[in-house]
Amino acid sequence: MSEKIYLYPMWIRLWHALNAILIILLIITGVSMQYTDPSNPLIRFDIAVKMHNISGMILTLNYLIFLTGSFITPNGKYYKLTLKGLFPRLMKQFMFYTFGIFKHEKAPFPVTKESKFNPLQQFTYVIAMFMLVPIVIVTGWALLYPEVVLTKFLSGSGLRVNDFIHVIIGFFVSFFMFIHIYFCTIGATFVSNFKSMITGFHESH
Amino acid sequence: MTSLITNRIRKVTVHLLMAVFIMLLTSLNLVAQTKQKAVNAAFNEKCLKCHGQSKYKYLNPESGSEVTKRMYLETIINRDLFAESNHKNFKCTDCHSEDYDTFPHPGRLRMESKYACIDCHGGDEKYAKFKFEEIEKEFQSSVHATKHADDFNCWMCHNPHTYKIKTRSEEKIKDIVAYDNAICLNCHADITKYQMLTDKVNPNIIQKHAWLPNQALHFKNVRCIECHARANDSILVAHNIQPKAKAVRRCVECHSTNSILMATLYKYKVKEGRSKAGFYNGVIMNEGYVIGANRNYYLGLLSLIMFSCVAAGILIHASLRILKRKK
Repeated sequence: MSEKIYLYPMWIRLWHALNAILIILLIITGVSMQYTDPSNPLIRFDIAVKMHNISGMILTLNYLIFLTGSFITPNGKYYKLTLKGLFPRLMKQFMFYTFGIFKHEKAPFPVTKESKFNPLQQFTYVIAMFMLVPIVIVTGWALLYPEVVLTKFLSGSGLRVNDFIHVIIGFFVSFFMFIHIYFCTIGATFVSNFKSMITGFHESH
Repeated sequence: MTSLITNRIRKVTVHLLMAVFIMLLTSLNLVAQTKQKAVNAAFNEKCLKCHGQSKYKYLNPESGSEVTKRMYLETIINRDLFAESNHKNFKCTDCHSEDYDTFPHPGRLRMESKYACIDCHGGDEKYAKFKFEEIEKEFQSSVHATKHADDFNCWMCHNPHTYKIKTRSEEKIKDIVAYDNAICLNCHADITKYQMLTDKVNPNIIQKHAWLPNQALHFKNVRCIECHARANDSILVAHNIQPKAKAVRRCVECHSTNSILMATLYKYKVKEGRSKAGFYNGVIMNEGYVIGANRNYYLGLLSLIMFSCVAAGILIHASLRILKRKK
């Protein structure tokens, strides 16, 4: 008999759904622009540019909602990393995902009301939400208004450096997205974690 | 043995004397040229005394009084721009009639036919690299020539008194863009000049290009002719201006590794330096950034390898989960 815990309040679910849609749109349009091919475009260039710009702007607003929400609600506590003993905890979770899971061992850090994320989840979410996403947002706005934000960086074009950072971090966000979606299938059932983000209730094994 | 040494000394002496003679000739030539330039400049001052300002004065022989008149805008020559132009070393009467030497100028001189670029530059070995004949051919096929026939000539875009070559230089691309676009806007943003050739209402350029994303950035970073002229591999600057229906509207024409900008705006710089460090169209990156054209080969490869690793990892993990699932 699985246990259900209410972990995801309405605002988190709405924020998460919008964030997911926007990130997927940004990845598809970003790849389409970066690897644009006149004879075989993934998305027509001008449409991809507009979609990418608009999605990026909405993502910025959505990110501000996430930041504000994390400050004024208890949600922020889940992102507080405890550095002491972090590496052994990360390794324990890593070993579970690489070996334990196939031996049907119990998860080393079960989900509770106090601890929503396992150490590996917490660590990657902190990196994604407080490092990667802010960097793509800032560099994205700089690309949107290059005349205002960037002039010249060192001896070359500031745009070049900025674009490099935007594209590389964009790749990492994409990697995160793929792994995140895959790991969501590791729940009580294949779809239970996806359901949780709709109902708000987490279903334990 | 002695005669061999003597012969060698004689040869070296002859070569030295020849070198000194050539240097002397070159110096004399330079001195003569500089002198000629100074003479021409002094001669031109006689014309610029009136044509270099917005008014001119003359003595009316009948009334005996001095009369001040406004100079026609078309006949005012900007002294500073002329001094920097390609034709700065010419005497006014090299191109205009010698009869302008007298004042009042004879009325028939108004009918004086003006030279076109090809009249001086055509068939001249010194200017062969500019390919004026090809430019002339391109211009004759352009919408400017086909729609306006003889009313449209080289001078409408390339004012002989101010025109300065920009593209074949180390000038910044942005400066080249600003200079060249100003040539188009000279008529296309000035209704009075535009309507010298047509009765049509001058289209609002900003509105007509409203579809262009980041319009202001495009206007500052690329020339009108990038989209409005057909690129020609054999000349540096395209002169075959196309009708508006044939203008480039597909973003990927520029925003791709096969960017047409490499054959147009960046053509000269492309010849000067090739892309480095795995960057496609690296030349563009020296002064700008064009999405889709400036990608890096190694970065693309690395991302592909990383994506493949992530996909393979997920696939292996998922397969193992399926294989090891509880029965």
